[in-house]
Amino acid sequence: MEEKTKIQVKDFSFYYAGSDKPALKNINMPIYENKVTALIGPSGCGKTTLLRSFNRMHDLYPGNRYEGEILLDGKNILTDDIDLIDLRSRVGMVFQKPTPFPMSIFDNVAYGLRLRGIKNKSELEGRVEKALKQAALWDEVKDRLKDSASGLSGGQQQRLVIARALAVEPEVLLFDEPTSALDPISTSKIEELVVSLRDSITIIIVTHNMQQAARVSDYTAFMYLGELVEFDKTDIIFTSPKKKLTEDYVSGRFG
Amino acid sequence: MKKFLKLPFADIVFALISFSAAITILTLVVATVVVLFKEASLAIDKFGFLKFIFTVEWNPVKEIFGAAASLYGTLITTFLALLIAVPVSIGIAIFLTEVAPPFLRTPIGIAIEMLAAIPSIIYGMWGLFTLAPIMADYIEPTLQKWFGDWPIVGKLFEGTPMGIDLLTASVILSIMITPFIASISRDAFKLTPDIVKESAYALGATKWEVIKDVVLPYSKLGVYGGIVLALGRALGETMAVAFVLGNKHQITFSLLDAAATITVTLANEFTEADTDLYLSSLFYLALILFLLSFSILAVAKFFLLRAEKHFQR
Repeated sequence: MEEKTKIQVKDFSFYYAGSDKPALKNINMPIYENKVTALIGPSGCGKTTLLRSFNRMHDLYPGNRYEGEILLDGKNILTDDIDLIDLRSRVGMVFQKPTPFPMSIFDNVAYGLRLRGIKNKSELEGRVEKALKQAALWDEVKDRLKDSASGLSGGQQQRLVIARALAVEPEVLLFDEPTSALDPISTSKIEELVVSLRDSITIIIVTHNMQQAARVSDYTAFMYLGELVEFDKTDIIFTSPKKKLTEDYVSGRFG
Repeated sequence: MKKFLKLPFADIVFALISFSAAITILTLVVATVVVLFKEASLAIDKFGFLKFIFTVEWNPVKEIFGAAASLYGTLITTFLALLIAVPVSIGIAIFLTEVAPPFLRTPIGIAIEMLAAIPSIIYGMWGLFTLAPIMADYIEPTLQKWFGDWPIVGKLFEGTPMGIDLLTASVILSIMITPFIASISRDAFKLTPDIVKESAYALGATKWEVIKDVVLPYSKLGVYGGIVLALGRALGETMAVAFVLGNKHQITFSLLDAAATITVTLANEFTEADTDLYLSSLFYLALILFLLSFSILAVAKFFLLRAEKHFQR
C-alpha cells in the first residue's frame, strides 16, 4: 500500500540548552498523511522531545538547538524564517494533562479561531459546534457552553482541549501522552476519538502505554536513549520486530 | 483532654508554651482595640460616629475635632498611590516572569525586594529634598500646562506648585508600595502552569496574547490580594507622607494643596495634645484607622485564600 508522506524527519538531532550531548541523535523517519503514528519507548528516550520539535515548542525556552531537517509537505520547518504562529496553526498539540484556559467552554474552543481574527458570531458558533462534535463532547456540554471550563471532569476537559485544537483545522495533531492523567473510561473515549480522527488528520501520539499504541496507531516508532531503534507498521512492531531491543521492550522485558 | 494528659510530659509543656504564644497574639489584638476604645471614649461620647467622620474642622483651640480632613487625605493619597503603582507593578511582574531574559530576572527581582526594605523615613527625606523640588519645578507646572484648561480635570491641578502636597505624597507612597504589588504579582504569575501557557502557544498565540488571556486571568485573585495588602500598607504609612504632605486639615479638590492623613496627624500632634478631649480625639482617629486597615487586610486574606484554593484543584 502506497502512503503519502506528510512529514519527513531527516538526520534530525536536538540539543537542550547548555548541553553538548544530543537529546535526539540523527533521527530519520516518515510520518504518513492521515495515519496515526505512535512514538513509544522508556522514559527519557526522547519521544516527547521529538514530538515537541514538530511544532517548535522548544523555541519557547532559549538556547535549545535543532540540527538536520523536519520537512512538512516538503518544506523544512526548522529554518529561522519559518512563521511559528503559522506552523502552530497547522500543527496542533494536546498535552499530558488537560489544559483548559480560565474561560468558558465556548471561549476555550473559540480561542484559536479568535486568534486568527474570526469575529463573526455565527461562523464562530458553527465551528465551535463542529469541533465539539468531532471531539465527541457536544452532547455533554451543548447546554452549558457559557459555563467555566474548569467545572468539567478531567476526561471532558481533555476532550475540550482536543476540540480546541481541532477548531482551527490543523493538518497534524500531536498528542503528548494524552491519557496519562485520566481514568480508564475517559482513556478509552480519547482512544476512540483518536481512531475516529485518523482519516481526516495526521496524528502523532506519544504514549507510555503499549496497549494504547497497539490499539490506536497504524505506525509505531520505538525510541531508546535518544535514537530511533525501529519504525514500522504497528502490527509488525508488536508481533515481529526486526530488532531484539524492540522485541524486549514490547514484550515488557524492560522499560 | 484525657488524651492530652496521657502525652509525654515534654509534649505537654511544649504544647502549653506554643499555645500561650498563640494566645498572646490574640490577646494583643483585643487589648489594642480595648485601649483604643477606652482612650477614645471621651471623644466618642462628645462627637458620636457620623458627626466625627463628617466634620472637617480640626480646631484644638475651640476643641472641635472632626476626622473628615484626615480621612480624606488618607483615602486620596492611598487611591492615587494605587492608581500609579498598580499598572507599573503589573508591568514589572510581567517583565520579570515572561519577558526578561533569565540572567536579568534574579538581579531585578532582588532590586525590587530591596526597595521594600528601605526604611520609610528615608523615602520621606528623599521625598522632601529630592522629589518635592522636582515636582514643584517640573512635573506640577507641566501638569498644569497640559490639563489646566480642561474642565474638572484642570481643577485637580489648581494652585501654586509647591511640591508639598497630595500629589507628591501619593507619588512617594506609590514608589513604596510598588515592590509589594510587583513581587506578589510575580509570584502569582509564576503559579500559572507552564503546560497551560504552552497550550496557548501551541494554538499560535503570541506572547502578549498568552499573558493577556492565560497568565492574567489565572493569577487575577493573587494579584488582587497583593493590591489589597499594598493598600493596607499605604493606609498606615506615616513617615514618608509626613515629610511631603504639609499637615493641613483641609479638604481641597486640587492635588497641589497641602493636606493631612490620619497617620500624619497622629504623629505630629500627640505631643501637642494638651487637653483630654484633644488626646481622646487622636485616639478616636487611631481607632478609625485601625478598623479601616483591619477590614482591608481581612478582604486581602479572603482573596488570597480563594486564590490558593483555586490552584490546589
